[in-house]
Amino acid sequence: MGKYIAKRIAYMIPVILGVTLLVFFIMHLAPGNPAQIILGENATAEQIATLEHEMGLDQPLLVQYVRYLGDLLHGDLGTSYSSGSSVTTEIMARFPYTIKLTLVAAIMSLVLALPLGIIAAVKQNTWVDNVSMIVALIGVSMPIFWLALMLIMLFSVKLGWLPVYGADSWKSIILPAISLGFMNMASISRTTRSSMVETLRQDYIRTAYAKGLSKTTIIMRHAFRNGMLPTITVIGLEIGQMLGGSVLTETVFAWPGVGRLMILAINARDTPLVMGCILLMTVCFSVVNLVVDLLYGVVDPRVRTMYR
Amino acid sequence: MKSSEPKTSSASDFSAAQKTSQLKETFRRLCQNKAALVGLIFLIVLVLLAIFADVLFNYQATCVKQNIAERLQWPSVQHWFGTDEFGRDLLARVVHGSRVSLSISFIAVAFGLFVGGILGAVAGFFGGAADNVIMRVCDVFLAVPMMLMAIVIVAALGSSITNLVIALAISSVPTFARIVRSAVLTVRDMEYVEAAKAIGVKTGGTIFHYILPNCMGPIIVQTTLRIAATISNTAALSFLGLGVVAPRPEWGALLSGGRNFIRDSGYLACIPGICIMLTILALNLLGDGLRDALDPRLK
Repeated sequence: MGKYIAKRIAYMIPVILGVTLLVFFIMHLAPGNPAQIILGENATAEQIATLEHEMGLDQPLLVQYVRYLGDLLHGDLGTSYSSGSSVTTEIMARFPYTIKLTLVAAIMSLVLALPLGIIAAVKQNTWVDNVSMIVALIGVSMPIFWLALMLIMLFSVKLGWLPVYGADSWKSIILPAISLGFMNMASISRTTRSSMVETLRQDYIRTAYAKGLSKTTIIMRHAFRNGMLPTITVIGLEIGQMLGGSVLTETVFAWPGVGRLMILAINARDTPLVMGCILLMTVCFSVVNLVVDLLYGVVDPRVRTMYR
Repeated sequence: MKSSEPKTSSASDFSAAQKTSQLKETFRRLCQNKAALVGLIFLIVLVLLAIFADVLFNYQATCVKQNIAERLQWPSVQHWFGTDEFGRDLLARVVHGSRVSLSISFIAVAFGLFVGGILGAVAGFFGGAADNVIMRVCDVFLAVPMMLMAIVIVAALGSSITNLVIALAISSVPTFARIVRSAVLTVRDMEYVEAAKAIGVKTGGTIFHYILPNCMGPIIVQTTLRIAATISNTAALSFLGLGVVAPRPEWGALLSGGRNFIRDSGYLACIPGICIMLTILALNLLGDGLRDALDPRLK
């Protein structure tokens, strides 16, 4: 198992290096001169040239990339063009908010999705199954930002129960978490249902019934654990989606996370800050995928034996 | 020579007949799935509306020309979907918006399918170094969530419809490459592929005439679901101000404009969102239906 983890971490390194290369070159396609952006419209050509030299922007792109990578290895993501402060500091100030939002949304979606999927599978082809799957289907089809606006319209504007934006109190996280987690709840419950339906038809489930085990034991211990693998895969993918979706949710609710910071950085054409945000989210996504792979082993003993 | 001619013609007749019956069979099974059929009908109506948008509503008169006297009117008999802050008819803008949203998504997915399909077919068919290089590059792209990748590309290239299409197309290439590769891997060692190679069919011919037609099922399903995801991403990017910009109507841009009037004119944000949701729902239903109709285990 240890060897497998080491191998997976080693595999992450070239992928993340590839992402830095890709994003670095894409961001440098952007029109406009960073020195000009920093100095403003009234800067003279001489001032711009001096700053370009100081920032190393007069160097070939490949040299700039190697230097960026060298700084990155020391935990330095560069300096923000718009604020002049360290990108690492700016991102780290916002990161806890994104983690908090993603975690609350993930927990909320799991708490609702798993029972919904299991009940739908157990009560297959009944009204419970139909209603839960219609809810799930609508959920996967609903754009995050639209749901966010509808929630604001109902709970903030009409009823006045919850704040429209900000992160001042515990109430502030409810609407962003619902809008971020609803779509994931829908797809996790759909996957749980279909994998549970398949598992419940297996011979060992019939055997468990024949042995006289209680329905709850059969469903939770025999069926659910065996039907968990596809669900775990989807949970991993959905957390990646949440990182993408957090950009929208954080923008609508003015939630002070990394997603909103990235949009502000894009509008200010602050390349180092955009790159820093993307890199952080990519690393998070890769780590989530790694954890998902390792969870396979925890849930399924057959996978565990493959690692040995 | 003489005797071989009728044989070839009867073989091709048989193949054509089988192809038609396979298509018919898939369509028949799709029609049995009521939800998928509803999705398909909804999409056909939507595509027709998009095509004939100019016939139904004059673009300049209803979507661009401002009429302040009729601004922010709630849905009525005269304006079924109400009017926006400039007095323009929301129904006309939604119908014209469908043209923009659908064409961006279809073009982006078609490009992604074309490039990703070729890359995936090459990786799956040749294997070895080509497979390794293509798949590792795809891994890098897939390590960044699709939405973020599209945002980065649009941010770098600037906000415009062309750049939006490029961003969405590029971000969907790796997914198609993966799907096509895995589909090709399942059929590349089949006997009919060996036979094609043995009779001297060139590599391109083998891939396009023997391999790809036999692994179209997962590709068609993925394309349908991908169009749904791309419609959502198009709207999301426009909502963030990185896609289609005013006054051109696009569903995400309409929604973004409507959010400023959420307090008193909620319909402005509500209606475009419902259109996006129903279209994605229809594509999801069709995708699920196609998956079942094309699955040989469910025959």
